[in-house]
Amino acid sequence: MYDVIIVGGGPAGLTAAIYARRASKEVLVLEAMNCGGQIINTPDIENYPTADHISGVEFATKLQNQVTNLGTEIRYERAVEVRDLGDAKEVVTQTGSYTGKTVILATGSENRKLGVEDEDRLVGRGVSYCATCDGNFYRNKTVAVVGGGNTALEDALYLADLAAKVYLIHRRDTFRGEDTTVRQLSQRDNVEFVYNSNVTKLNAEKRLVSIEVTNKDGSVRDIPVNGLFVAVGRIPENQNFASVVELDASGYAVAAENCRTKTPGVFVAGDNRVKDVRQLVTATADGAVAATEAVKYINTL
Amino acid sequence: MALQEITVANFEQEVLKADKPVLVDFNADWCGPCQMLKPTLHELADASDAYKIVSVNVDDESELAEEYDVFSIPCLVLFKDGKEAGRKVGAQPRPVLEAFLKG
Repeated sequence: MYDVIIVGGGPAGLTAAIYARRASKEVLVLEAMNCGGQIINTPDIENYPTADHISGVEFATKLQNQVTNLGTEIRYERAVEVRDLGDAKEVVTQTGSYTGKTVILATGSENRKLGVEDEDRLVGRGVSYCATCDGNFYRNKTVAVVGGGNTALEDALYLADLAAKVYLIHRRDTFRGEDTTVRQLSQRDNVEFVYNSNVTKLNAEKRLVSIEVTNKDGSVRDIPVNGLFVAVGRIPENQNFASVVELDASGYAVAAENCRTKTPGVFVAGDNRVKDVRQLVTATADGAVAATEAVKYINTL
Repeated sequence: MALQEITVANFEQEVLKADKPVLVDFNADWCGPCQMLKPTLHELADASDAYKIVSVNVDDESELAEEYDVFSIPCLVLFKDGKEAGRKVGAQPRPVLEAFLKG
């Protein structure tokens, strides 16, 4: 039996691993994809104490090496359930099951999907969730961005410099994001705002060829595009753990600064926890707190 | 060991005419998920002679990226007997890649 099972190998989870290993606990990290979490998409980190500049990949690689060098076991499996067995917890993955005295949920968040048919199939074939990652493939092509927050506005602005034409599709007639970005966008000749509308269908052969956009008034329009950039927010990856953790209306795990959840021995750390500021430094801080609390809890067993 | 870099000049010889399955990793230096995936690909390349794993830098080889409809990276395309046998888009954990290479 492990002392601490950490679900998620991002900055919060890996920092928790450092603290737990340094307290001589047996630690298992379960990571569904590759370690590093969301930070690996950030080219420049310039607000982390002592690091005036480091790339997200460099940060994640160093952190992962630090964790591995401390003798932490990392397994690449997706956790699908946590069962409370009292003094032990069972973490069920897609391929196995592990028991630990404590569990730290550091699963972070994932891109919210549009929820239209064929969306998953067309990822990498016209559908993208990251303009800075994939924008370059759409040089001089026609693209659409969906969303109304800062990410959508900034994505549209970024793409306006590359693509021949950018449609910005938003379900309301005003944006949640910054006015200054909206003004910058409205000055671009190649940006067209499509208000009060939702993307209701993706038309594709091998690749995306057009999107069906339905206006609130019921009118339907088919817009030919090469790419569709979805920027409709992120959702915390807590869905699988609702039996052991209380979730708020947006799906974030309810826990105070001590990272304790409603289930003794189950802790939550990082972006999937209820909090005001989601930054690299607050994620790593959570990892330290959750691991320290987990060690305290183990010592009471 | 570093993966062999493939260009438009040697793609046919090294990938399409290879005598075993070839996994082509379409990637770029600025792509975070691509960089995090690399160590796993190196390990898999060293683990078996039954296949080979090569790298295509999409910035340098945009022609190849376009020809093979790569619009999001990392994109792993498996070639068998000169034909695409499957592809995986986005970061992938090692067990998934092992199964993909066996499949």
